[in-house]
Amino acid sequence: MASRPEGVVTATGVSRVFGGTTVLDGVHLRIEKGEVVALLGESGSGKSTLLRILAGLDEEATGEFTTSGSKAVVFQEHRLLPWKRVAENVALGVRGGDAPARTATALEEVGLADRGRAWPSELSGGQSQRVAFARALVREPDLLLLDEPFGALDALTRLKMQALFGRLRARHGFAALLVTHDVEEALLLSDRLLVLDRGRIAEEIEVDLGHPRSVDVPGFNALRRRLLALLHVPADPEE
Amino acid sequence: MRFRPRRLITPIALVAGWEGAAQAGVLSPDKLPPPSQVAEAAWRLTLDGSLGLHLLESVERAALGLLIGGLLGLILGALAGLFRNGDDLVDPPVQAARMLPHLGLVPLLIIWVGIGESLKVSLVALGAFFPIYLNTYAGIRDIDERLVEAARTCGLTQLERLRHVVLPGAMPSLFLGLRLAFAAGWLSLVVGEQVNGQSGLGFMMMEARDFSQTEIVVLGLIVYAALGLLSDLALRTAERRTLSWRRGLKAS
Repeated sequence: MASRPEGVVTATGVSRVFGGTTVLDGVHLRIEKGEVVALLGESGSGKSTLLRILAGLDEEATGEFTTSGSKAVVFQEHRLLPWKRVAENVALGVRGGDAPARTATALEEVGLADRGRAWPSELSGGQSQRVAFARALVREPDLLLLDEPFGALDALTRLKMQALFGRLRARHGFAALLVTHDVEEALLLSDRLLVLDRGRIAEEIEVDLGHPRSVDVPGFNALRRRLLALLHVPADPEE
Repeated sequence: MRFRPRRLITPIALVAGWEGAAQAGVLSPDKLPPPSQVAEAAWRLTLDGSLGLHLLESVERAALGLLIGGLLGLILGALAGLFRNGDDLVDPPVQAARMLPHLGLVPLLIIWVGIGESLKVSLVALGAFFPIYLNTYAGIRDIDERLVEAARTCGLTQLERLRHVVLPGAMPSLFLGLRLAFAAGWLSLVVGEQVNGQSGLGFMMMEARDFSQTEIVVLGLIVYAALGLLSDLALRTAERRTLSWRRGLKAS
């Protein structure tokens, strides 16, 4: 490559020890501008820990890491403040006089333009998670940190949300780190896959399947099998 | 909760039964005068202004005591709830002191502050302090850490997190503490006002006892009860308004 674009995330040798247990053991990670990277791994492999470090929520991590530009986080749970209406939740911490307009736009983008006055308790799980996405989008992030954002949703809602994510990404061009344990989701949404195993990046796979993609594009299943093997899951029932 | 007229039946029947029994001579008027006589006493004392005066005196003591005890409870509870150092320094002595029955402190308080106004106010303040402290502390501690984290990722400063997450999150617990504090405050006032005094509802009742005016003693009790009821009603209303988000499904 002639000119390397500036990375949104640059992390070198990131480690994290919890009371004698090494969860992250010198992780190297680079995410380019506009790139969606999926982070896979068995449970306990340190995926969420890495995401929390990058989100600035873990002060005890060691190693070097920088994120450039604005960032926003979407968690597995929507984490909306129950005492604020939907629009107030989205606008939380947004400064500037155009905050109401930006909030309205963000809600419209996730298909909830008319729910701004609702309380979070009035929303379904899928709607709440969309509000959480609106709360992230309104910050115009260069980097989205997604911690299993669709993991708590039912299967049908999850498919819709994945499609929504694809549309939002095409429009905004943000980079994202998507922590997930759903192999198909990772293959559908990401440009690059990282497999975390025992605190280290064990494998890196470029996903050159084109956008938008579906599970029946050629090459999808081969990648899926390869990933499942890396995650120590038998891809066929007989195995 | 909607008001149902049927709920009035038993109270009215009880009062009517009381009146009937007194009129029939089953109840001795010295032991328990009929409600009509109590109402008459209320009317008489209202007209000559003494009931209003005693009432005002009692309410002032209660308000001052609640204010002092409540503020102290709020400040110390917030210190212990928000800061680890505060927790380590403040909570152990408060937890220990909580085990003392504060109404049992009357003899000691008399030695310390005398039998005057300070005794009554101190007693109310003590009664109000513990529920406010405990519920402020618990309200802050029980806030979902994940919400605080989310607020951090939204770029809220520490002060903004206090205002937008901690305070509203602790509000339900604070209201519970306030209601318990009011209940404890009234109780403390009743006990405190039985000690000496030249004014207040308690004084009115003690004086009436000396003159065997049982109807005024009963009247005092009813006024105490009404005060408790009214303050609880006011708090409930304030709570319903402040915490409207909790009834999310009904609100819009």
